[in-house]
Amino acid sequence: MKYFRYKEEKIFRVLMLVSTLFIVLALAIIIFSILYKGLPMLSWEMISQTPKGGFYLGKEGGILNAIIGSFYLSVCSTLLALFVSLPLALFMNIYLKRYKFVLNTVRFFLDLLWGVPSIVYGAFGFIIMIHFGLRASLLAGIITVTLFIIPIMVRAMDEVFKTVPVGLYEASLSLGSTRSETAYRVFLRQCYPGIITAVLLAFGRGIGDAASVLFTTGFTDHIPVSLMQPTATLPLAIFFQLGAPIAEVQERAYAAAAILTFFILIISILARLSSGKFQRNKINF
Amino acid sequence: MKNSGKIITKDLNLFIGKQHILKNVNIVVPDNKITVILGPSGCGKTTLLKSMNRLTDLYPEMVLSGQILIDDKDILKAGAEVPEIRRKMGLLSQRPYPLPMSIYKNIAYGLKINGVSNHKELDDKVEYYLRLANLWDEVKDRLREPASTLSIGQQQRLCLARGLAVDPEIILADEPTSALDPLSSNAIEKQFVKLKSSYTIVVVTHILRQARRIADHIIFMYLGEVIEQGSANKFFNYPEMDKTREYLKGAFN
Repeated sequence: MKYFRYKEEKIFRVLMLVSTLFIVLALAIIIFSILYKGLPMLSWEMISQTPKGGFYLGKEGGILNAIIGSFYLSVCSTLLALFVSLPLALFMNIYLKRYKFVLNTVRFFLDLLWGVPSIVYGAFGFIIMIHFGLRASLLAGIITVTLFIIPIMVRAMDEVFKTVPVGLYEASLSLGSTRSETAYRVFLRQCYPGIITAVLLAFGRGIGDAASVLFTTGFTDHIPVSLMQPTATLPLAIFFQLGAPIAEVQERAYAAAAILTFFILIISILARLSSGKFQRNKINF
Repeated sequence: MKNSGKIITKDLNLFIGKQHILKNVNIVVPDNKITVILGPSGCGKTTLLKSMNRLTDLYPEMVLSGQILIDDKDILKAGAEVPEIRRKMGLLSQRPYPLPMSIYKNIAYGLKINGVSNHKELDDKVEYYLRLANLWDEVKDRLREPASTLSIGQQQRLCLARGLAVDPEIILADEPTSALDPLSSNAIEKQFVKLKSSYTIVVVTHILRQARRIADHIIFMYLGEVIEQGSANKFFNYPEMDKTREYLKGAFN
């Protein structure tokens, strides 16, 4: 019996090591293959020019339209979603805490919404567009992506706020704080690093998703100058390039993928840097 | 014993579902003394303490009835003024919960939400209350550092300073030394004795020796009931009830 316990320990250690290696390896292969195929195609032309006449035939031009389009779309959606998600997550954990049934129902529906595939959000956005007589446009895309990432952001934040010990809540109230002061001055500080992670998670999903923008944002070779114009996005650029019958254009898709990955990397690093001070102030219970 | 007190409860009952947690609690907490609520674990001491500043509101499953009079006002009837009632009662919990900010801001937080915004005044008050809690000399050079960098004993004194800074009349302490080492515990106890001339202090503890050291007034609870209450001298030397005598002899804990 004793012997088996030690053996079990060993088996689980090996199992954990193997699964960790598997994940790291998978990630390394993805990044390596993107860089291997994409870097040779990555040129200044690629990120500084919109597609020129013969772009889809392997001639000159770049994907500046998609880079800028994705930037507008994901930043605007993330900010809009943040304005809805943060108050909702705080409300759930401060005011709704007393009403367990309501709270669990809200969580259940948010989880359902999280599980809905993004193409369904795309289809829903399409219906809204038709209803309001909108064309495929940056605005329609922002609305769709915002709806699609709100459940992700709220639930991720919710999980973070759940970790705030009730003692800290009581301590803040005992000083004479109202519940909203407790929310915005205590919970936010304690949870800042986790909130950043939640925002990043939603941002990553928003910028990387192709299905939700397929019908709603459309695609164009031009840089958008108004909310009402169709807009190119990186995931769709990759999709169209991979679908092109010319090898050179297909390889450009990997360059676009490298740019997309790089984009997320930069944003993650910036966000981490911004949470450093709060990470130090956070009380570890 | 005086007839009037700072805190008086009348027929206070508290249920969680069908469990009867507090049974007809009638107590009087006198002004400017250290009142110790004593009793074995799970007898409802902490719950009684938390009902005094309405922290029981956070737990919807707790159903309260009766009266809690503070300065002759029933706080169970209060509505929007609950934050103000809580401000009047500093809380020191079993383990320190410093706010997730710097040492300075931990004190300044309560001052700011209660309307102090002048920088000079804030600086002065932060220093004053850190000195009052006997922490100033240890932290004066690191006020901008996170409160999380303090030792747990220092954090508890910081929480005391923070509570005092909002100018309470009552200090509620829930086993405030249970997470602390003997030296830090001693510091906190000494602090209470020093402060009692200007505050009403209520300390919950299950440590008999601690009660002997600091108590002026004792409320002894067992299984949700108040068995005996009165001056510490009388309680320890001339207990009236059999249960009290058994407890003092160490028959149960």
